[in-house]
Order: sequence, then C-alpha cells, then structure tokens
Amino acid sequence: MSDQPDSPRPLRLIVLVKQVPDTANVTGDAMKEDGTIDRAALPAVFNPEDLNALEEALKLKDRHGGRVTVITMGPPAAVAVLRESLYRGADEVILLTDKAFAGADTLATSYALAQAIKKVGAFDLVLCGRQAIDGDTAQVGPQTAEKLGVPEITCVSRIDEVVLGAREGRRDDTAASGTARGRVVATRSVEDGFETLDSALPALLTITAEANEPRPPSVKLVMVYKHIAAEALPEYDDSYLDPDAEEAQVCMLDHAGRPVCRAKVVQWDHAAIGAERELVGLRGSPTRVKEIESVVLAQSEARMVAADETAIAELVHELIEEHILA
Amino acid sequence: MPDGAGKRASRHTPDAKTEAAAPLAHGPGAGDVWVFVEQHDGVAAEVSLELLGRARELADRLGVRVGAVLLGAGAAAKALAPALVAHGADVVYVALHEDLADYLAMQYATVVAGLIRRHRPQIVLYGATTTGRDLAPRVASTLRTGLTADCTDLRIGDLERKGVVTKDLLYQVRPAFGGNIIATIVTPAHLPQMATVREGVMVMPEADERRSGTIVDVAVRRGATGASSRRADDDAIVLPASDFAVRVVRRLREKKTVGLKGASVVVAGGAGVGSRDGFALVEQLAETLGGVVGASRAAVDAGWIDAEHQVGQTGVTVRPKLYVACGISGSVQHRAGMDQSARILAINRDPDAPIFSVAHYGIVGDLHKVIPMLIKAYRTRGAVGAASAAQGGA
Repeated sequence: MSDQPDSPRPLRLIVLVKQVPDTANVTGDAMKEDGTIDRAALPAVFNPEDLNALEEALKLKDRHGGRVTVITMGPPAAVAVLRESLYRGADEVILLTDKAFAGADTLATSYALAQAIKKVGAFDLVLCGRQAIDGDTAQVGPQTAEKLGVPEITCVSRIDEVVLGAREGRRDDTAASGTARGRVVATRSVEDGFETLDSALPALLTITAEANEPRPPSVKLVMVYKHIAAEALPEYDDSYLDPDAEEAQVCMLDHAGRPVCRAKVVQWDHAAIGAERELVGLRGSPTRVKEIESVVLAQSEARMVAADETAIAELVHELIEEHILA
Repeated sequence: MPDGAGKRASRHTPDAKTEAAAPLAHGPGAGDVWVFVEQHDGVAAEVSLELLGRARELADRLGVRVGAVLLGAGAAAKALAPALVAHGADVVYVALHEDLADYLAMQYATVVAGLIRRHRPQIVLYGATTTGRDLAPRVASTLRTGLTADCTDLRIGDLERKGVVTKDLLYQVRPAFGGNIIATIVTPAHLPQMATVREGVMVMPEADERRSGTIVDVAVRRGATGASSRRADDDAIVLPASDFAVRVVRRLREKKTVGLKGASVVVAGGAGVGSRDGFALVEQLAETLGGVVGASRAAVDAGWIDAEHQVGQTGVTVRPKLYVACGISGSVQHRAGMDQSARILAINRDPDAPIFSVAHYGIVGDLHKVIPMLIKAYRTRGAVGAASAAQGGA
C-alpha cells in the first residue's frame, strides 16, 4: 500500500457499486407457472461491470498507492457487495441506506451518490460500471459526473495512464480547476471503433467488462472481514481516511472472539449526506413506472422439420420459393 | 429548480381534473418534439433518421412541430439539414462551431441543454448509441428532468393518478431486468420528457424531398475563463471554460464489416455450438446463404466470436428475412434482438429449448449434422425442387 516513488501523492479513488438481481442467469426456480419471472426469486449479485470498475481502482492503487473507497446505495442487505469489495482490497466502504432513498430513478440516485462523494471529500477518480444488469440504463455514471461538475468518460475499456499532479485537491474542485491535480487518459469503445480521451482530474469513468478480469477475493481479507456489519456513523470522521491512523487498520474482536473491523463500514442516511428530502427517492424522481408487463414465453408454434436430408431439402426449397432465401 | 426546463405549469392547479400537455408557452417552438441528430463527417446516424420518422408521428398526434438538433462544424455538417427536413423535421437547429466538430460530452450537453431551455420542447429523443447514452443523461441531469434509457417503443397516451388525468404524455416503453419485463415509463411532471431509443426498432421514414422546413442557425462561442454569462449584445450559447477539461487524443474508426443490422439473412450460433471450431460451421452456413454471422451472448462470452456479432438485448437488434438460430437456447435477452425476423429457423438438440417458441421452423437435432445438410440442400437449390428451381431461371 506504500506510495510508489514516482507518485507525488496517493490517489483518491471512489468506486460506485450496486447489488442487483442476477438477471443474466434466470433459472427454472425463478420462472413462474405463467412463464413470467419471479424477480424476488433471483439471487442478488455484485453488478458485474461494477466489479470491473473496482478492479481498475485496485490496479491503480497497486501502481500509484492510494485509497479505494466503495459506495453503494441500497437496502441494508446491500452490505454484501461492500463486504465483497473489502475481500478484494477496498480500504473503506460506505452504505447509503434510508427508506427515503426507495423508488429512486437514475436522477435521484445520482444526486444521492454525488452528495455522498462530496462528503467523502476530494477525489481524483470516480469509477463505476458502465451499466447495471437490472436496468441497463447506463445513466447513473454521466448523471453523477454532472452533479459533481466533473467530466465523464463512459464505456472505458482501458485506462491508459494516470498522471498525478502535485496539488492535493480541495473538496470544491471542479473541471475548471485545470490540470493541477493531474490527468487521466482512457480509451472508450464506440460503435465504429475506439476513441482515446485525455481528461483533467478529477473525473468520472464508467468501465466495461472488456477492461479486465476482476481479481478473486483474497482468502486473508475474507478472514478479516467476513463478520463485518454496517454501522451507522452519521458524522463522517476523516481520521478513518488517514492511512497512517492506527484505528483504521485495527480490527477488534467481538464477544465471540471474531474480528470486527469497526471503522470499516460507514452507514449514511439522507440527512448524513446533506441531501434534500425532495430530491431523493421516489419524490426526487421525475420518471414513474406506468405499468410493467412480464414477458411471457409464448406457446410453441414452430413447424417441426425432421433432421434428415429429405425434410431439410424440402424446407430449403420452400424458403427459396417464398423468396426468403435468394 | 433554477432555470431547468421545469415542471409542468398546470400541475399545481388544484381544480384541474384534466391537465393539458405542453403547457409552457414560451414563444415559437414550445411544446415541439425534438430529435438530437448524431452525425459523423456529415453523415447522419441511421437511428437519428429513424427517430425523425417516429417524432413525426408523435408530433402529428400532438399537433406540434418536429425539431431536429444538429451540432457539428463546417459545411459537411450543415449540408445535412435539408435531408433532416426530408425525413420529417419542420425546424432544424444548426449549431456549428469548431469546438463541436467531434462529439464531446460537456460541450454538446451545454449546447443541447441551452437550446432546450430557450425553445422548451416537450419531448427530446436521442439514439441509444454510445454518444446518445453519454449525452442524454448529462443533459437530463443539468435540466433535472426524467430520462428513459434504450426504449423500444414510444407512444402518446394519458396517465391517471389519484383521480387526475394527465393528457398526452410520452409512453416510453423499454425492456428491463434482462428483457424479462417490459416497462412503460412516463415523466408526468417534468419537461422535457426525454428518452434514448434503440437503433433499428423504429422504421426509417422515406425521404420526401418536397417537404419544406426552416433552418435556424444557432450561434455558439467560447466563454471567458470561468464565465458562463451571456453578453448583452448577442444571443450565442456560451461554452464555459470548464467544458474544456477533456480533449481527444485519437479516434480510431474501424470500418464495421459485420453489417448485422441490414442483413437479409443472419445465421447465429450459441452455447450449443460448443467450440470455436464449431463456429466455423456457423460461418460456413452464413457464407453459403449469403448471410451474416450472429451470436448469442453465451457464444461471445465463451470467446468463440467477437462481441460485434452479438444479437440481443445488449447487442444488435436485427430483423432479417431469415434468422437461423444454431444451438441458441433462446433467452429473453437474445429473443429481444431477433424475434421480429420475418422467418426464424431454430436448430437445437433440446426439444424444450425456448427458442422454438419464437421460431417458425424447428429442427431438433445435432447442429453439426444438420448444418452440413442445410448447406448441401441450398447448394442443390433444394434437391426435391430441382425442376421448379430450374424453371425459375437465374
């Protein structure tokens, strides 16, 4: 974790992650009799591209030194993805949880995330997955960047370079502060190729699955963090952020003798991040779901063709006759 | 709500049982339906033209005009304007400036948000491309309005909430949860209503060269450092210095050779293909039929084929005359990208594979045996029908 000699200062990295239902692997258990999906039966997983974002942050920390802070918004159970982040090497994790956050669309979500980031303080990079597999909107990244007043680079398949400036950031740093904090060069995948962009720090990047292969959890870190639980700390204590502070590194033992890292999970509600009640959750969401229709698997209507040469020749002939095939 | 496009003015009228859409009367253009036109080197993205077609239908339903927003630099970009009129626009707002030559999120968002504040359209549509999905969220956040991602259908309809009917809202229809549900989203109390729309799902309108429209030049200039204020003597949209935090190092355009979208035959392989070598068989069938190779996510994830061949929710939407699904089980995600094909032939070993429920023809069997039979049958033009094939001539 020590700083590399060529790094003038440690990087301050924030990763935004989300716990999502595993929509990519819908099994029979989640299929209802009418052919629709029982969403509650889908297992909750770490949004895949958020793991890629975490991996990019950990790689940058390995290279430059620094601190990785992971933030998620969700129900108390979402602490599971924070624990997963600690297992892989995150330094601190923050859970935004509050009934007031419920029903948030992407605008209300990005507002809450941006408020939390502002409370954490100055940062060099915010990293998040390009999109979450439950909504596939890809909107929270750019909207959070706008709320923070920093540039975004979306769909990043490679971070080419981070060049750190000497200046420590201030909390009110914006893009207008110039490149004194440093620069990031990243390559994004677009429809017809690639583009490489150079942005001043601080900036927000959204990361795609192409970027890397996320590291597995470290067995050692699993032993340290597996009993960790979220703890409400409405007043954010900056001393936890200081890598030299002993307390941040110390794990205490609970009554059963299990290690509990007290300073490691921070839990905030909307008041703790100074969010206006009218701007979070359903109240802060301009969009409304008017209706939801489950996609129903239609009954089979395919004409079955035998897997032999005669039947297949007849089929091909028919397709040619009907000008389906040239 | 500082100077965003704002909430619907009529929302707070307690007596109103029925709210009218487009209540904001702020001069000409208020309440129009807009399309952000994406262009590269003076060529409009197909999805932008597709959107003009749907915008035309929505605007006719609402009795308003279609506006096209065109950003770029130089004569090539401006030369696009008449084509946008021919595809359905009544007004084309053209913002030309050297800093807008290539897409960059911050500058583009400043200009688009500035135009929206000035003219107050009720609907703004963007293609769900990497550009549209980068730009639209930034604009929505700036204006504090709603945005729905990757829509597959757009309609006008009413919303009843707590006994109050809001008329003529934009129904934004999109798949979610990996395509397992279809959600209809509305933005009942904020303007404009904004959506990004998937490529290839709206029908491209016929260009009508006789249509007439107005072309409005939009002045853009760089602001002084740190300033975003307008000078009294001009009405230019000002790009603040803070918008210039990002620069392009290089753009590598690769000519896409896949061409899935326009293909009349697509032969696609999935997990059942089994290996990279197995995929050669799929490619061979595609080549024989004069088609293009597609793939399910499983085949792409397995590394048998590049992601640009992927059909489905996170890939390309295709509607060829014939779609041959080889060893594809037919997840909802995959079917979202191909179920509009004119004919679907599914080959799968599993007779219960969901793909058969959307297929017109099904062959239960080992694709390693079935595909060679298909190739042979096509080469002989369907041996049983040799006589009629000969009769058909060329």
